Amino acid sequence: MPMYHTDDQAMLKDSASPFIAEAGPVAHLRSLRDSNDPTGFSRDLWKQFAEMGFTGILVPEDKGGLGLGHVEAGIVLEEIGRNLTPSPFLTTAVAAASALKAAGGAVADEWLPRIAAGDAVIALAIDESQRHRPERVALKAERSGNGFRLSGTKTFVLNGHVADMLLVAARTAGAAGEESGITLFAVPRDAAGLSADPRRLVDSSIASKLTLDGVEVTADAVVGEVDAGWSALKPLLAAARTGASAELLGVGQGAMDMTMTYLKQRKQFGRLIGEFQSLQHRAAHLYSEMEIARSCVMKAQQLLDEGNDGAELMVSVAKAKVGQTTNLAVREGVQMHGGIGMTDEYDIGLYMKRDRALAEFMGDVNYHTDRVARMNGY
Amino acid sequence: MSDNLESFRRETRAWLEANCPAEMREPLKSEDDTYWGGRKAEFKSPAQKAWFEACVAKGYTVPDWPKEYGGAGLSAAETKVLREEMARINARSPLSSFGIWMLGPALLHFGTEEQKRHYLNQIARGEIRWCQGYSEPGSGSDLVSLQTFGEDKGDHWVVNGQKIWTSYADKADWIFCLVRTDKSNKYQGITFMLFDMESAGVTTKPILLISGNSPFCETFFDNVKVPKDQYVGEINRGWDVAKYLLGHEREMISANGAGADMVSAGALYAKSLGLNAAGELDDPILRAEMAKFDVDVFAFRAMGERFMDMWKTGRAHPASSNMMKYAGTELNKRRFELVMSGSGSDGLEWESEESRQGASARAWLRTKANSIEGGTSEVMLNVVAKRILDLPGA
Repeated sequence: MPMYHTDDQAMLKDSASPFIAEAGPVAHLRSLRDSNDPTGFSRDLWKQFAEMGFTGILVPEDKGGLGLGHVEAGIVLEEIGRNLTPSPFLTTAVAAASALKAAGGAVADEWLPRIAAGDAVIALAIDESQRHRPERVALKAERSGNGFRLSGTKTFVLNGHVADMLLVAARTAGAAGEESGITLFAVPRDAAGLSADPRRLVDSSIASKLTLDGVEVTADAVVGEVDAGWSALKPLLAAARTGASAELLGVGQGAMDMTMTYLKQRKQFGRLIGEFQSLQHRAAHLYSEMEIARSCVMKAQQLLDEGNDGAELMVSVAKAKVGQTTNLAVREGVQMHGGIGMTDEYDIGLYMKRDRALAEFMGDVNYHTDRVARMNGY
Repeated sequence: MSDNLESFRRETRAWLEANCPAEMREPLKSEDDTYWGGRKAEFKSPAQKAWFEACVAKGYTVPDWPKEYGGAGLSAAETKVLREEMARINARSPLSSFGIWMLGPALLHFGTEEQKRHYLNQIARGEIRWCQGYSEPGSGSDLVSLQTFGEDKGDHWVVNGQKIWTSYADKADWIFCLVRTDKSNKYQGITFMLFDMESAGVTTKPILLISGNSPFCETFFDNVKVPKDQYVGEINRGWDVAKYLLGHEREMISANGAGADMVSAGALYAKSLGLNAAGELDDPILRAEMAKFDVDVFAFRAMGERFMDMWKTGRAHPASSNMMKYAGTELNKRRFELVMSGSGSDGLEWESEESRQGASARAWLRTKANSIEGGTSEVMLNVVAKRILDLPGA
């Protein structure tokens, strides 16, 4: 597969880019934030995403979707990132859809069409501590009648307070730290014993700390196989990490573009500041890093779409590399904007905040750098 | 189309299996395992000779050149398949040559039909070894200020001046050389000349580098006669050729990762440094440095692939090879810093047989030139700022 967009992919970009810039610009984020909106995103916009076909990108055609891949999902995610659009797209239409597709069965038949139609928001309940360590799942699921009884806590559950369903990783066997013995459950929002404690985050998104106090679910709630939830969790993690990388890439590109514009407008000492070589070299270095980050994100998407064994390595390379690079873009962005970059009124600071939140999501730079070392045997 | 490519891949695989000797699938043991061709060339082994001759017969020293010029006439996609299949078995390059990398592309673009048939076939068959006469003692990054002068004597020029950093000038048969032919016009007063290094008045003097090796020379021209038909492009328009070539050189440097080995650094040292009980490299800081480097290497490898895919189909920004050159060479320098850290005190050895005459230390020192030769990193950043980012006054 050549490493540029096909004509169809370019067309998708041509429709996604102006649509998201129009319907979900930075001003949209500001209005949700300033009105202290309790949901954290707009359900109207989510419905419009469905009308545009975005929510069905990763949903198979026989489940009402478009049956496309991670490259296409990445095109939408990059525009979401560039505009800082608050959206459950990454968790629902990318991560949850990938897990359900891999698991199949009744639970997939129920939820995939709803995702495609824009009728469902799904949250991911995986992390249990402030550092992403998915194999250390300890939340307990014990057999109870025909079903299971779930007890424990989860953290950093984006949109967990309003989701229609939560994908909960629980331990049915083995000990924390082992990949086997994990089971993935689809838990409905109104399940008795489930409570969400929502917290507004630095980027104005809302994530919950969840408590499951003896939540009863039926055997139908199992996503994939009991004790072998890792095989549904693995595609979920790969999709979420690759998707987060694509969204981060958009954040970095947006911050960089804004900064380049500023360098061509702002005058000091009687010159445009973009004339100063000290800034030019830093800008050119940033450009170089952004292009490299863009390449490994695309490679990860393509390998995932091909079902290539090399995908796992490239997914971590992408999350680590784009994590470093977008962080550089927002730091340079704020610094090069000078005093105005510190004001709430100016958008560059919002990019810095979103970078920080997305960087933590599904493993930060250090987590994925360590994973690259492990996958190379050291 | 992909069916055709798949069958081409199968044929290529079978051909390589039959024609690439086992010895030619082992990593180079030292710099002089590289075959450069030329009048004075000697093969180091029968395997090297057999591999070279098989490739020449098939047109695989220059696979994407047209058949009439000694190539195999492969498409970009087929060339990529060949490259992948050669990489898969670690096949060595059959012929290293500035003729292939630099002069060839310039001739393909600017040469006359007669020049192409004559020089390109010689290059493809490894008959003539070329060197490049660009830099001068006073003209490094500011190359266009070059002073070597060719005085017009009717049917020939008389060339006087000095070049520096001429790679392997002492081993080369011919030189492609930038010579000023009009002192009144800076950019449109340079001619891209071709001449024999055995011409009367040409002398070379190797420069001893910090690596202890002498891959570069000073080259002196003292009343060298160059026939008036030995130039590429137009008289006084050699700068166009030079610029084109510099772009190509950066593309080449970029495409193979600035000569960088695009594999995990940590995996290479896991064996010699040892792993602890947790299966991790014993030195946690070095492990972290290597892991960060590996992230950058794998990411840059993806960049190299994307760059080539875009470049070959006209999608790349014309100045993006400058970015590739910058990123690739800086990465390679980092690799060799890690190689030295990973090797510890053994890596310091300069002469011993175990160290292959200080191969690590010499290679480490050699990489410091990566970000200087062919345009410094700072010049690359200037070009990116000006031509890609369109920053003011750059």
